[in-house]
Amino acid sequence: MKAPVDYLFHLADSALVLGQRNAEWCGHGPILEEDLALANNSLDLIGQARLLYQHAADQINGDAALAQRFAHLQGARQDGRVTEDTLAYFRDTAEFRNHTLMELPHHGPLVGYAVSERDYAVTIARNFLVSALMVLVWDRLQSSRDAQLAGIAAKSLKEVRYHLQHASDWLVRFGDGTEESHLRAQAAVDHLLPFCEAFWQPGPAERAAAQDGTGVDITTLREPWNLLVNETLAEATLTRHDQPHQGYVAQGHVGVHSEHLGFLLAEMQSLARAHPTAVW
Amino acid sequence: MEMTEASLRAVALAVAHLADPEIPVISLGELGILRDIRTGADGVPEVVITPTYSGCPAMGQIEDDIVAALRAAGLPGRVVTQLSPAWTTDWMSEAAKEKLRAYGIAPPQCGSQPASATGVLQFSRHAAKPVDVPCPQCGSHHTTQTAPFGSTACKALYRCLDCLEPFDYFKPY
Repeated sequence: MKAPVDYLFHLADSALVLGQRNAEWCGHGPILEEDLALANNSLDLIGQARLLYQHAADQINGDAALAQRFAHLQGARQDGRVTEDTLAYFRDTAEFRNHTLMELPHHGPLVGYAVSERDYAVTIARNFLVSALMVLVWDRLQSSRDAQLAGIAAKSLKEVRYHLQHASDWLVRFGDGTEESHLRAQAAVDHLLPFCEAFWQPGPAERAAAQDGTGVDITTLREPWNLLVNETLAEATLTRHDQPHQGYVAQGHVGVHSEHLGFLLAEMQSLARAHPTAVW
Repeated sequence: MEMTEASLRAVALAVAHLADPEIPVISLGELGILRDIRTGADGVPEVVITPTYSGCPAMGQIEDDIVAALRAAGLPGRVVTQLSPAWTTDWMSEAAKEKLRAYGIAPPQCGSQPASATGVLQFSRHAAKPVDVPCPQCGSHHTTQTAPFGSTACKALYRCLDCLEPFDYFKPY
């Protein structure tokens, strides 16, 4: 039994895009230790994405209908077969199924042509909200009916626990720190929390996977996630202003992205696309 | 080709000396990366390895090292990567831990990662305080964590408050 490839894309794209985002801190970390922490964090996420893309590629190569559906992806093939690199580097923005939350830049909302420096509070708050979700998701996926996905989940769970620990520690330090750090942490949480509403509105692939037992019914994780998030926010003296959710629900996981993903992919994919047969 | 016990032993012997590229004092077997040596469905010997961390950049090197060792010994064979059961630091032998310590890396203190899935919710902040890690240089327990992520994904950075030396701690996984 195999999980639907679109569900694997959802998991893989979320890991890859967040890994790519966090890697922007590489060489620019606020302190050396955090530079290393974020790079390691990205390494884990990109490693998870690789395993998921390889699993998806195996299915695509082994199924004529799927092979036909992805025939337009011609780059980084090996002996005509789709590889992890084909899926990471040659799909376009609208084909990505990551949550919008993962692609947002490391700062709050801006207007017009305004620009901003990266804000580490946004980085930490996002890693915290995402890791809190993923410990729950990977834990559940350990019993996926897709044995390969269950294997990936068991590994990823061990990694994301360290991510959650790291992000929680810093969120508490920021929230319960100085007046300035508190303000920035609160602003980051206020900015990002509404994007988390998308977690609880699964797309067709997530619903199909939950249905056939290869995925998880994400809506059942909402309460445990709230518990986890609220406990740490309270310790960080931060307040939630997102309940009840009002307004637009982000749609990245069904392929409707913010303006930020295109720029991120352009940077990530340009080298591979300029040299589609390159090997490294 | 007919694979005999003897030829599988020859493969095992050819790869036995291979060490982790990042920690050259312990072998792939001692680290728990080398899982099995078996005969594949087509009769070709398979060396089964399992990744440590999902993104561990040493995995490519390890695979290349195995292929090169087999080629040098004139043996057929290929590398198979297997994810399940997930690698854990619990597989590291006591002898391997001692070698790590002698090399200057504090070995993982087992049991500080929750063993079961039910431990996930508890593994937020409180349960996850850095454990007591003895200094590999002087043996003092008077140490502190400098950073939760160190020179590689599998290590954290610690500092001894007695001999004042910084050291790597191999995190439980």
